[in-house]
Amino acid sequence: MTKREMTCIICPMGCPVTVEMRGEEIASIRGNTCKRGAAYAEAEVRHPERTVTSTMRCENGGILSVKTDRPIPKAKIMDCMSLINAHTVKLPVSIGDILLSDVFGSNVVATENKS
Amino acid sequence: MTDLVIIGGGPAGMSAAVAAYESGIRDILILERDAQLGGILQQCIHNGFGLHRFGEELTGPEYAWKYEKQVRELGIPVKLNTMVLSVTPDRVITATNEEEGIFAIEARAIILAMGCRERPRGALNIAGTRPAGIYSAGTAQKLVNRKGYLPGKSVVILGSGDIGLIMARRMTLEGAEVKAVCELMPYSGGLARNIEQCLNDFGIPLKLSHTVVEIHGRKRLEGVTIAKVDENRRPIEETKEYIPCDTLLLSVGLIPENELTLQAGIGMDVVTGGAVVDQDRQTSREGIFTCGNVLHVHDLVDFVSEEAAVAGKSAAEYIRGESGQECDIPIGADGKIRYTVPQRITKRKDITLFFRVADIYRNVKINVVGDGRVIHSVRKPKAAPGEMESLLLKAPLFEGVSKLSLQLEELG
Repeated sequence: MTKREMTCIICPMGCPVTVEMRGEEIASIRGNTCKRGAAYAEAEVRHPERTVTSTMRCENGGILSVKTDRPIPKAKIMDCMSLINAHTVKLPVSIGDILLSDVFGSNVVATENKS
Repeated sequence: MTDLVIIGGGPAGMSAAVAAYESGIRDILILERDAQLGGILQQCIHNGFGLHRFGEELTGPEYAWKYEKQVRELGIPVKLNTMVLSVTPDRVITATNEEEGIFAIEARAIILAMGCRERPRGALNIAGTRPAGIYSAGTAQKLVNRKGYLPGKSVVILGSGDIGLIMARRMTLEGAEVKAVCELMPYSGGLARNIEQCLNDFGIPLKLSHTVVEIHGRKRLEGVTIAKVDENRRPIEETKEYIPCDTLLLSVGLIPENELTLQAGIGMDVVTGGAVVDQDRQTSREGIFTCGNVLHVHDLVDFVSEEAAVAGKSAAEYIRGESGQECDIPIGADGKIRYTVPQRITKRKDITLFFRVADIYRNVKINVVGDGRVIHSVRKPKAAPGEMESLLLKAPLFEGVSKLSLQLEELG
């Protein structure tokens, strides 16, 4: 039996969660105070994911705040950053507009309006 | 005469405006110093906002837009690029902008929503030279997220407040090397989840009970000397360590920006750095309300919005002449509880008391004491200075009580 201790990042409560593993099997998840925490802990031991937020260059020389519209594999964060930094946004854009699609299973979308 | 003038168009000001409008007030004006609404949220491009308020995870600009959209749809007037110079106790506001020069506005009610500022280097007394490359974390955040500049390549961060933690990740993502985050206290001032996702994810060391004791470099920062501190927070000589770096970020606390509040002669709370308020967020000056980070520094913008809505609704009631003092009960804190907001109760209605504890505690009981008798208790498995707590106080509990205080009891 191996133990993984982690802090849940789903909400600001930051519950300390302990996952006990029996080989590849999850034997128990303790410390979470909600269902989302259990789902996070499971994802964290199997395939950790993070939402990436950053900025993208605009054609007018300014920058635009962006995010991946769902979490991507944690190991791909820096690759995702390279894709974001290689792209230039055409204006105008609105919140939610897709700027890059199919980025490690997510889309990079605008998080602010800019004209 | 304007019914309601709101000073500050950040999350607090916008939420207060929307709440006042929804309570029937139409003659509202928001004064905002910046070129757009949203306040500090505009530069907080990371996610994690709005889970409490909207049930979804938003970035700062997205959260701000939720309110800005309402302000626009309701047609609430906003003056941007407008700096308020003074507020008098009888509610005359002097402001200035490029188009109108200096002008005065008389208001039936005012809501102060100016937010807070970062504690600067000058407040820390760090020895050494004064080179370029030393920024408050929020300044660096603005440079990276709004202006598109990376202020440095190798970074040490002093203070583990949330902005510092967020910037550790942000600078790493943009290609800088963050060498360490030093925290004077034996615990972090930031949220646990930010330690996890901003430091642990990227292998950035968090050095608790450490501080920067010297700054090196003439024109540009060349490095800092850090040291472990003893239990009295004094640096231990033999633990001194030199770290070469070109950037030092300071994330060492936020201070409510209350110059206008002081001018208006409003009674202040020395612990929060904000005004003393009642449950309606009304200050000691009738008709002047305050909310958000200018009242006390919040952990979550969601709570700022909620508090501001209380202020907006209460200001509307005041303007309609519906509010009046029913009682005057001061609320004290025992030292283990650092402060409460509100600090006094003037109406017999259910009240949510917000408070912060002075240290990290496990397994405690928060007692509400009325005239020397415990009238209400709440157990908390843990309490930390970095996390604001709250409890609901039902009106019948303080019926006939002349003085309240909040006490923390350690159950061991």
